[in-house]
Amino acid sequence: MATAARKAPAKSKAKSDTKLSSALSAPAPLDFDKSQELDAYRGMLLIRRFEEKAGQLYGMGFIGGFCHLYIGQEAVVTGLEMSLKDGDQMITAYRDHGHMLAMDMSPRGVMAELTGRRGGYSKGKGGSMHMFSKEKNFYGGHGIVGAQVSLGTGLAFANRYRENDNVCLTFFGDGAANQGQVYESFNMAALWKLPVIYVIENNRYAMGTAVSRASAETDFSHRGLSFKIPGIQVDGMDVRAVKAAGDMAVEWCRSGQGPMILEMQTYRYRGHSMSDPAKYRSKDEVQKMRSEHDPIEQVKARLIEKNWASEDELKAIDKEVRDIVADAADFAQTDPEPDASELWTDIVH
Amino acid sequence: MTRRTMIEAIRDAIDVSMDRDEKVVVFGEDVGFFGGVFRCTEGLQKKYGTHRCFDTPISETGIVGVAIGMGAYGLRPVAEIQFADYVYPGYDQIVSEAARLRHRSAGDFTAPLVIRMPCGGGIFGGQTHSQSPEALFTHVAGLKTVIPSNPYDAKGLLISAIEDDDPIIFLEPKRLYNGPFNGHHDQPVVPWSKHDLGETPDGHYTVPIGKAAVRREGSALTVLAYGTMVHVALTAAEETGIDAEVIDLRTLVPLDVETIVASVSKTGRCVVVHEATRTSGFGAELAAQVQERCFYHLEAPVLRVTGWDTPYPHAQEWNYFPGPDRVGRALKQAMEG
Ligand SMILES: Cc1ncc(C[n+]2csc(CCOP(=O)(O)OP(=O)(O)O)c2C)c(N)n1
Ligand SMILES: [Mg+2]
Repeated sequence: MATAARKAPAKSKAKSDTKLSSALSAPAPLDFDKSQELDAYRGMLLIRRFEEKAGQLYGMGFIGGFCHLYIGQEAVVTGLEMSLKDGDQMITAYRDHGHMLAMDMSPRGVMAELTGRRGGYSKGKGGSMHMFSKEKNFYGGHGIVGAQVSLGTGLAFANRYRENDNVCLTFFGDGAANQGQVYESFNMAALWKLPVIYVIENNRYAMGTAVSRASAETDFSHRGLSFKIPGIQVDGMDVRAVKAAGDMAVEWCRSGQGPMILEMQTYRYRGHSMSDPAKYRSKDEVQKMRSEHDPIEQVKARLIEKNWASEDELKAIDKEVRDIVADAADFAQTDPEPDASELWTDIVH
Repeated sequence: MTRRTMIEAIRDAIDVSMDRDEKVVVFGEDVGFFGGVFRCTEGLQKKYGTHRCFDTPISETGIVGVAIGMGAYGLRPVAEIQFADYVYPGYDQIVSEAARLRHRSAGDFTAPLVIRMPCGGGIFGGQTHSQSPEALFTHVAGLKTVIPSNPYDAKGLLISAIEDDDPIIFLEPKRLYNGPFNGHHDQPVVPWSKHDLGETPDGHYTVPIGKAAVRREGSALTVLAYGTMVHVALTAAEETGIDAEVIDLRTLVPLDVETIVASVSKTGRCVVVHEATRTSGFGAELAAQVQERCFYHLEAPVLRVTGWDTPYPHAQEWNYFPGPDRVGRALKQAMEG
């Protein structure tokens, strides 16, 4: 995580500006320097390889129940994390493995939670959808669609209350954007000028339902208009565009101007969960996104074009990432299952 | 007659009802185009059109609320909540509106809706895909709560529910969709095609709401169960060799008190079984009913076998699920006690 000195607490100084939402436009993608490109490449690759491995372990029966992979969407969380500083929070739904890796949580701990082992972040009590880390400011991991949006708003309230200038990144999907509590949260966040960035990961589908079949307004950046929350649409497949939008939103929130909406236009390559029959979209559609917009390939092409890394150097990064993932997978298969008595710990009495 | 899985039986019940009555409309998340995550509405949009079988946004409050409005003006909405674990945003509409509309309008309006939802564990679903929230509904005056344990009942009860003028919570134990699960998770699943109750009549028939079924006659003790636990209880009876009478409640509210009282008066012992958590579970109501009505026939305390009072676990499913061993131990204890 980018470390920056804590600034003095921001006081709310914004006045409401009704024209703002329509006046805002997405900033141009940033020019990354070499180390930023390499960081983004490595970060996204770690998520990709981790998810591929999780998919394999699921297929082999090591992971039970539900497991939602983030493959295709890596640029969103990777780019946004690059805009954060110490103390900023993240909260998301059940497609959460990428977010945890981006927040520097240990691949071992995440993978072992998927397999329901002792060393998992929730000691096997949460599974793929429910993991947390106080240390890394990751507030979960939530299986109920839309629920985390209100929680994220409350985290932002706590930031304001504590008079720090941290922001809470609250992620949710295009499908979740239709839950009523999202709009209750928007109103509160705008009313109270809370430092929350609502990141709508529009991957075009909610399970088998395409956006156009469930949403009257398909421009999600407009979803906050009636609350005067500014929003922008961002190419969520381009990590530089994501980082540019992240910088803008973080600055907006830290300076006390209230919430902002970032609609990240992205795509998931795999099924909704591991048991998705994928009958709702064509193979061609998926293939086209993969071959023309892949977030990792984009960075890779730039690195090579600018002579910032050779094929061999990139292979070395891939090897390093694969080793990390292999180690996590080994751990997740060999770490013992929790003792039955764990059923009765962390219980409210 | 056709052998059907519980999924096919449910789909057929909806199909038969849509065919007979054009006021029946069917909707929910992924229900139309996709046919439902468990395929319970597959093909219905093709057959009846998008105006009668359609997708909703992920908006459970709205799904339940609009269903109540539709029903008040004469439609017969059949709404699906994708998993029972997702009903809570719609709970306010169920409790504050659906359950009370008849009473507070002095009978002018009713809420003739069915809210279908897959419930229960046994599929490694963890805490957000395994819950058994029946007691949250049985506790609310003004709702009927139905929970079938097999394809024959599922079809007949669902048709009854759709034709009923009042709000019905229709719980579908998802672990039973494809076969009668007896709790032995390490044994192969028996498909419904090999089970008598997979045999379902074609076309229209009903199973009455409010009538229990005796699944196994016996004289030593009475087991009160519903949903998946009916099959677990039958297996526990076989494995312990205790001559248990196993009653499948089928409807929790209204409860078939008569069948329960007749059985417990005969056997003098009673074990109540459910998957849901214990405290304030529906088993508490059953135990109270038995105590009030059969006290002088009882030769032992009424026992409960339930899920533990913890969230439904991810890694410890089979330590949580009240399988045949746990039920069997309770049967023995009730015989000794
Ligand atoms: C309250 C609630 N309703 C329904 C579901 C079932 N469900 C899980 S994920 C999902 C789709 C959500 O889609 P989206 O918000 O676009 O996120 P994505 O899966 O695309 O990341 C649905 C309907 C749920 N978990 N919670
Ligand atoms: Mg989506």
